[in-house]
Parts: sequence; C-alpha cells; structure tokens
Amino acid sequence: MDEMEGTIKKFLYLNRRAPYGTIYALESLEVVLIGAAFDQDVSLAFIDDGVYQLKKNQDTVKVEMKNFSPTYRALEGYDVEKLYVDKASLEARGLTTEDLVVPVQVLDVAQMTELMAQQDVVLSF
Amino acid sequence: MLHTVNKSPFEKNSLETCLRFARQGHTILLYEDGIYAALKGTVFEAKMTATVTNCKIYVLVPDLEARGMRMDNVVAGIQPVDYAGFVDLVVENNPVQAWL
Amino acid sequence: MAIEVNGKTIETDEEGYLVNLADWNEDAAKILAAQDELELTESHWEVINFLREYYDEYQIAPAVRVLTKAIGKKLGPEKGNSKYLYELFPYGPAKQACRFAGLPKPTGCV
Repeated sequence: MDEMEGTIKKFLYLNRRAPYGTIYALESLEVVLIGAAFDQDVSLAFIDDGVYQLKKNQDTVKVEMKNFSPTYRALEGYDVEKLYVDKASLEARGLTTEDLVVPVQVLDVAQMTELMAQQDVVLSF
Repeated sequence: MLHTVNKSPFEKNSLETCLRFARQGHTILLYEDGIYAALKGTVFEAKMTATVTNCKIYVLVPDLEARGMRMDNVVAGIQPVDYAGFVDLVVENNPVQAWL
Repeated sequence: MAIEVNGKTIETDEEGYLVNLADWNEDAAKILAAQDELELTESHWEVINFLREYYDEYQIAPAVRVLTKAIGKKLGPEKGNSKYLYELFPYGPAKQACRFAGLPKPTGCV
C-alpha cells in the first residue's frame, strides 16, 4: 500500500448539465464508475444544471430512456463518497438537499473554488 | 406562431431570446431541458408568470416526469401537453421557431 | 443470437447476455449456465439473486470488487472473497454471474 501512495491523485468530476437532454450526465457517471477501479481520490461537484442530475422522483418511462438517477446511490459502494453541490445553483432552482437522491455537502463559491484549486485533475462534463 | 425551447434557461439564453421576440397571442412550447423554465421557485418564475398572461405556454409532460417533476411544480397558467399534443401544436401554428 | 427457453425464443447479444432484462426467468438462467457447462447450485442462486436485487436498486451491474465487498456484507466474509466467488463462477463472478442473472455486462468490464 505504501509504495502505491505516491500515485494517488485528486480527481474532480465537474458536472454542469441536466440529465437526458444531452448525454453528458450519463457519460460522466459511467466514467466515474469505470475510473473507480483505479483507487484514486475522487470528488464529484454539481454546479449549474448539474444539480438536476440528483433530483428525486425521476421517471423516464414515457421518454423511453434509462433512469440513471438510482446509480448515484451506488457510488458509496464504489468508494466515491465526496459529493459536493454548489449552494447558489441549488437555490436558483428552488431546490434543497431534501430534493436530492443522495446526501451531499453544500459548498459556497469560496469553498467550491478551494475544492477545485486542490485537484490534480478536473474533468468537466 | 409557435416558439419551441429545448434548452435549460440556466445553461443557455434560448429562453430569454425567445421571450424577447414572442408577441401577444404567440404560443411557446417548453420541452427536453426547456422544461426547467416552467418550474416554480426558480429565478425565472416571475418572468414566466408575466409571459403566461400574453402567450399560451405549454410544457411537455414526459420530459417533465423524466426529470423528477410534475405539473404541481409548474408555474400556474402553463398547460400540460403530451406527444400527440406537441404534434397538434406544430400543425396548428405556423411558422414554428425553434430556439436551440 | 438467441436461446430457447420452454419453447420461447429469447434474444441474446454476441457475448451471450440477454438483450431484454424482462425476458429473464430461472429456466433461462439454467440454460445460460448449461452453455458454460455449469449446473446451478443453491450457492450460485444466492449470488444471482443478489445481483438481480442490486440491479433493481441501483440500475447497474456492480464491478467485481464492489460485488465481492457487498456479498461479504450481506452473506458473510466466507462468501465475500474472490476465491469463493471464482470457484462458483470460474469465468469471473461479475461477468459470468451477471450473464446468468440476465443483466448487462458490468460497466468497465472488458
């Protein structure tokens, strides 16, 4: 384990798109799941419409698309436990953490900037 | 005239531009990520509430439901429409302007 | 490709995974296992049923590492380890068991 320690990097997946209208949200989630096999220090941030990815009660039966919102709850099992949401984005949309499928940490602008600054790699979707 | 908006108002200015050009008696249809413009509690609510007194505004329910929302979450005065209703709106209104 | 289950034809992809999740039943699982010359025991069913429940809850097939950990949590450490699971499913507990369970191949599995 010790010899591996030097190779662990901090990865931030930055999600800014709503689900279903474009493929970005699903693609991001798939990359997170695949990337989890590499035992890196992973964080997910949800900014702007990205917060809509986590909205409860999604029902995609009529649009005939796969509802991938339950998969965010599987992330814990993949040791992806750091989920952050931008406070202003949540409030602008009239949402609270109660509306979301997973527990998240809500960050203000300064905290989010700090989180980004700490990363080795930021992947934007 | 029918205006359609399928982008989130938080991501693109499609809705804003649409509202700048929509005149009294026009019809506006919100679908795909455009449905987020129809919701109560957002920073766009006041604008939509004002517009709905001049224009007919519709929201596509399958896209609403896919995103975890229901008609209860929609600004008063905005009407629900299904896929068949979408087609009717396109047939009945000419021209159709898509704000992408 | 396709398999024949109780007189009904069920479509599979080129790797033998069911195309439609809803086509699955226990007989289909037995036939898919027979293709790999395996007879399903109580221990196999325990894992297959676990996978179906996992998929139902999270809408994905778990990676093998995640499956092993989750099995350990639910069925105990004597079952939540690679040795036990590979003995049951020699072609890989996630890959092979998911196929018998009628699920897609786990994300990230090549």
